[in-house]
Amino acid sequence: MSKKNKPRDNKNINPEESKYPQIPSQPTDDTTASLLRELVAHLRQKRSELREEWALRIQEAELLTAMNKEEILAEATSVYDNYVEALETGTYAALQAYSRNLSERIIPRGVETHEVVGIVLLLRDVLARSLFSKYRDDFSKLNRILDAYEPAANRIANTVAVGFVQERERVIREQQEAIRELSTPVLQVRERLLILPIIGIIDPKRAQQVTEQLLQAIRRNRAKVVVIDITGVPSMDEKVANNLVQTVDAARLLGASVIVTGLSSEIAQTLVVIGVELSKIVTVGDLQGGIEEAERELGYRVEYVDPSKS
Amino acid sequence: MSKEILENNLDSFNERLPILNDRDIVNIRSKGRKFASDLGFRNQDQTLIATALSEICRNVIEHAGKGEVIIKSVIIGKKIGISFIVKDNGPGIKNLDRALQFGYTTGRGMGVGLSGTKRIMDEFELETKQGVGTTVTMTKWLNEFEY
Amino acid sequence: MRVPILKQGSYLIASVQSSLSDEELIQLSDDLIDKVSDVRSKGVIIDVTVLDVMDSFATRVLRDIAQMIKLKGAPTVVVGIQPEVALAMVSLGLTLGSLKTALDLEEGLSLLKNPLSEDND
Repeated sequence: MSKKNKPRDNKNINPEESKYPQIPSQPTDDTTASLLRELVAHLRQKRSELREEWALRIQEAELLTAMNKEEILAEATSVYDNYVEALETGTYAALQAYSRNLSERIIPRGVETHEVVGIVLLLRDVLARSLFSKYRDDFSKLNRILDAYEPAANRIANTVAVGFVQERERVIREQQEAIRELSTPVLQVRERLLILPIIGIIDPKRAQQVTEQLLQAIRRNRAKVVVIDITGVPSMDEKVANNLVQTVDAARLLGASVIVTGLSSEIAQTLVVIGVELSKIVTVGDLQGGIEEAERELGYRVEYVDPSKS
Repeated sequence: MSKEILENNLDSFNERLPILNDRDIVNIRSKGRKFASDLGFRNQDQTLIATALSEICRNVIEHAGKGEVIIKSVIIGKKIGISFIVKDNGPGIKNLDRALQFGYTTGRGMGVGLSGTKRIMDEFELETKQGVGTTVTMTKWLNEFEY
Repeated sequence: MRVPILKQGSYLIASVQSSLSDEELIQLSDDLIDKVSDVRSKGVIIDVTVLDVMDSFATRVLRDIAQMIKLKGAPTVVVGIQPEVALAMVSLGLTLGSLKTALDLEEGLSLLKNPLSEDND
């Protein structure tokens, strides 16, 4: 382990991180810096012992139950090394990247936030105990070491926990988006004409999602006319009705006009109650009529051709 | 326990920026957008946030001449979000109810500034005292998460 | 940065290149109105594709520009509003009134050339 005792300065210094307290690299407090160096040396020297103790404590506390012994020890080793490095350099970019990566791997296995926070707190505890036993005869030094250690350890715990939470958020969001996309298809029936059939109850969240998808589709397909068919929507609350009006307005801002079809009298009433002038929205009785209207707007002419004469 | 840790330690960003002229508005809203993006907000929400920030900072320039904004990340309970505190030492708002009405304007916008901003942010608080100044605190949440 | 205004046939095209401060927006307004008179333009296109925010001030200035240019006998089309920006505008309660919009420059030009087919808004 002796070669690991060599301080590795200026490694992973990320300018983005400069707003964080860079404990070892701040020359203003030489004592803190040297205390941290001493601390880091101690943690390197006791590496195998401490990380094994930590892995054991994780199992005792029944954390990371989705993982087996070997996996826990392997992750514990990586987290330990990243942890010590963050203490040494005062920069958290590498740790942040590692904790995202770790989260990415363990989230699908059902690891919960409290487990991740729990293991980081356990490591903090294991390390603190080791410091207690090393400096138990020099109480004032122990205090100074702990003073140097605490803020960095808090910051590390925070970095790991936030990394996990953000990654989890991202995964959940992606899944939600995938589900919503499946439930509202935007169809292109003709060049520059989109149809959006909406079926079922729409809550404000889904309404928002549908709107965003439609606007993106307008741009992607260079649509000029959109038919939104709400025949399959039994009712709407005010919030969703407002969203429908906003969708029409936003589509216009992009340069596309909107035709709403299948408006039930109940929904029409909701629109009137919230003060929407129905004359401002082009409505056509049913989807078929809406498509014909859209085609007229696009310059198509619908003509009956008797098949027996062609 | 995790909640406390996050609350006590989450200051992944916290920046104070002066609002002195209309150029600053452009810089502040692009900074607000960047922070929101770092935190994981989707593009649509980033745009809403930048727009809200633009409205409120413009009010500062128009009515108080100058002020400042603090941009920070927040965690409360199960929610993680981005918060803006926009402060000025201007004349304050005489008739707050009227200022918050849709369509009311004393300035160069379209009278949707305060009411519209309130609508697009999740939390919106306005404190004003005549002769002392105005502080707007507004927050947009990412989806709630479970511990 | 000043927004460049190009003349294409009898049309003027102002294509915004970066986020604009209030002052730059007003400058654009002044420039456009001067130029419309100078060249007797038949129509104006303002391309806002690069704008990632359109707040109430920007919206108001665009509406005012269109109105003043209309007084000089020419229509204005705003092109390239991004989907996110459009949604943020309507969420905030902003509308462009009777100001015309189109998807992009090409659409804007065809709208100016065939105004009849689009006169229903």
